[in-house]
Amino acid sequence: MRELALHILDILQNASEAGASQVALTIDEDQAADRLTITVRDNGRGMDEATVARAVNPFFTSRTTRHVGLGLPLLAAATERAGGQLTIQSAPGVGTTVTATFQLRHPDRQPLGDMAATLLACLLGEKNLDLQYEHRTARDTFAFHTADIRAVLGDDVELGDPVVRQWLSEFLAEGEESVKRDS
Amino acid sequence: MPKLKTLDDLKRVREEAQKSLKVRLDTGTTIIVGMGTCGIAAGARDTMHAILEELAKRQIDAHVTTVGCIGMCVKEPLVDIEQAGKPRVTYGNVKPDMVPRLIEEHLIKNQPVAEWVLGRVKAE
Repeated sequence: MRELALHILDILQNASEAGASQVALTIDEDQAADRLTITVRDNGRGMDEATVARAVNPFFTSRTTRHVGLGLPLLAAATERAGGQLTIQSAPGVGTTVTATFQLRHPDRQPLGDMAATLLACLLGEKNLDLQYEHRTARDTFAFHTADIRAVLGDDVELGDPVVRQWLSEFLAEGEESVKRDS
Repeated sequence: MPKLKTLDDLKRVREEAQKSLKVRLDTGTTIIVGMGTCGIAAGARDTMHAILEELAKRQIDAHVTTVGCIGMCVKEPLVDIEQAGKPRVTYGNVKPDMVPRLIEEHLIKNQPVAEWVLGRVKAE
């Protein structure tokens, strides 16, 4: 994975495969503390302690198409080589919270990458997912809640509608641009 | 919070979408992109982005969605095109630069790009 945004997309897919209807994604770029924290909290089916312990093992997966699962192990490796760590808190029936931390200025930290494209892919793939997003940087904060967007669209117009999709794509790109450093 | 595209703006978009809703439901084309770990690592997000851009550029109304790993990781990014009454066609190793030709030939000229096809599933 070349960008952290791709890892994030992967973790968002995990959440929806765990049957989550609500996901809260937070990205906090804390310059003062030299820390980047990415948190994905879902209300999916959750995991027991033994499963959590195995979740970062590449030779464990809940899927049945094949016997390896690389999403969380790859993210764990990405945090560890950039002075951070991956923590997973989970409880069956409650949900899972994945927290990835990085040293913000670590030379081996991957760039955050194209979050607008990640968010769009997530929203188009999981049309019923309720996503609460917040991206905090020293410059500003970009936040939205899909519930607010759906409230405007009403029951008959989908988030994935081609006309809405175009709006979403611009909305996300502008939002991400507004929190970028040096621009 | 910076001043961005507002939700008021979205109301106008909603009205626009509503007007053409029926037309779109009738012509139903859906493009499905594999977005498991394998797909993402192979560049599926960028392939999906290229698809969205090409559809917007050519003003084609097609739904675009994602699916998880189907076990053919070596062929990712996988792209399926499903059209009402036609076989569902699966393409493999679809890179962003292949997207314009794919859209042009499959959706506009109605001829699937045979050399990139992995398989077909008959319409139900």
